[in-house]
Amino acid sequence: MIEVQDLHFTYPSGVEALKGISLKIEDGEFVAIMGENGAGKTTLVKHFNGLLKPTKGRVIVNGIETTKVSVATLARKVGFVFQNPDHQLFAETVEEEISFALRNFGFSPSVIEKRVTWALNLLGLMQYRKTSPFMLSGGERKRVALASVLAWDPEILILDEPTIGQDYQQKENLRQFIMQLRTQGKTVLVVTHDVEFVAECNPRVLLMRGGKLIADGAARKVLTDPEILAQSSIVPPQITQLFIELSSLGFPSDIIDLYEARETLLKAFGAAAK
Amino acid sequence: MSMFDGLKYRRVFSPIHNLDPRVKFTYACIIFIVAILFWEFIPLLVLFVIQVPFVILARVRREWLRSMKGAAFLASVIFTVNFAVSFINSGYMITFVALEYALAMTFRFLVLVESFSIFFLTTSPDHLGLALEQTRVPYEFCFAFTTAVRFVPVLAEEAQTIMDAQKARGLELEKGNFLRRIRNYIPILIPLIVSAIRRSLELAEAMESRAWGVSKKRTNLYELKLHGSDYVLLTVTVVLLVAAIYVRLYLPVPRLAEIFDYFAH
Ligand SMILES: Nc1ncnc2c1ncn2[C@@H]1O[C@H](COP(=O)(O)OP(=O)(O)OP(=O)(O)O)[C@@H](O)[C@H]1O
Ligand SMILES: [Mg+2]
Repeated sequence: MIEVQDLHFTYPSGVEALKGISLKIEDGEFVAIMGENGAGKTTLVKHFNGLLKPTKGRVIVNGIETTKVSVATLARKVGFVFQNPDHQLFAETVEEEISFALRNFGFSPSVIEKRVTWALNLLGLMQYRKTSPFMLSGGERKRVALASVLAWDPEILILDEPTIGQDYQQKENLRQFIMQLRTQGKTVLVVTHDVEFVAECNPRVLLMRGGKLIADGAARKVLTDPEILAQSSIVPPQITQLFIELSSLGFPSDIIDLYEARETLLKAFGAAAK
Repeated sequence: MSMFDGLKYRRVFSPIHNLDPRVKFTYACIIFIVAILFWEFIPLLVLFVIQVPFVILARVRREWLRSMKGAAFLASVIFTVNFAVSFINSGYMITFVALEYALAMTFRFLVLVESFSIFFLTTSPDHLGLALEQTRVPYEFCFAFTTAVRFVPVLAEEAQTIMDAQKARGLELEKGNFLRRIRNYIPILIPLIVSAIRRSLELAEAMESRAWGVSKKRTNLYELKLHGSDYVLLTVTVVLLVAAIYVRLYLPVPRLAEIFDYFAH
């Protein structure tokens, strides 16, 4: 469980990036953090594995206050995949890259071998096992970075902009994969600008703006609320836009799911045909 | 890092900032030469103190203090080593000669940091590039130089992010013995170097696709010209140099021991 109490954070340069945030994330929740550029999303999630410590307020992860333990200790429980994979890739082969964290956490060689194979398979990177990570494409590098974190099976997973540069197939894989993690009771936090991706996953959405939380609720509520949308830089998913246009005809305007949209439309046409 | 922090340019309007970078560079170099001419404490102290008005005039006191604080550690090392060596050489006795020598070496270093920090704090990288260009350095070199200077803070920020990313994967920099600790930095250095190279290649491609270097003859919007105040500083600097050489050759320089004797009697 992650508990944030009145969190303030000011960078050494004097930028006040977080201005009083309080929230609670239960085990097994799937949360998307959204908001305009510079809203403080990355700054907020960096508090969850102790990379940043609050200027004021408290962050408690699994009952431990983050100021009390090292990043390495917290990292064992909280996996964090950074926005840019080039900030972490350094090893000679993809295999070594993935085993880096496992060695840091002191896993035995046989366990490392097993975990690496598991992670490679999971992200479809098996054929690159012995390839240098620097030779891969941008999207593939991003997946190596993801694999290198998933390999130690953290309880809480934080992904900073995971869908950037991924083709549709990979995005779909990612979505399925996140769903799978949820069934295992893992907590997943995703920082993203991708409304369509969020609409498809339907997580809890935390909407940020100027270092503050301006909305917290189910994607279906937050992404379709005209008042909230007006004060954030978010455009609702295309299907919602359509239904907002149609709302004068008596259609509900809080639809984000394609399947539900289809059912609603079919029902309406069926009724009209009769 | 803090010593370099004190070298970062910040835009301020002051008479010192408006001076010609070439003149300021000459000034910094001459101060350095003068500092080498003397190995007595008093003239080096004077050299240190006469520069303080420049700092105040340039309104960079806080940044300057920060660079001085950064230099303090190295200065204390220089003092200790020099003092210890002369202490041992003079047969384990604390002498004025030893003290003077150690103090002089320390202040020589401080004067050097002081003058160059005034130069870097008050000269924008663009002006520096312009100055290079007008001294007929090929434009490619000038451009490479200014770009390098401008990318230093970007690189520092990137190093921080990389460190965060590796710490999030359980890297502990402070762990292990000396050799182990050096090896701990490999996962930070490699991404840093790779991304710097990648960035420079991308920059080159982006520049070429925007037709960099098409026209061989370049003109500048701003031309550096020497003004009255530049001539004043130049004169002061030259006078300082001549006076220093004169003093060195023909006048006795007071030593600490002599001053102490004078006051003791
Ligand atoms: N290392 C830093 N030093 C100083 N200020 C910073 C630093 N990192 C971020 N900031 C500032 O803090 C604020 C929040 O930045 P943050 O990176 O958390 O935004 P974000 O919501 O993740 O944005 P994006 O969508 O662009 O990733 C911004 O105003 C930014 O300029
Ligand atoms: Mg961000």
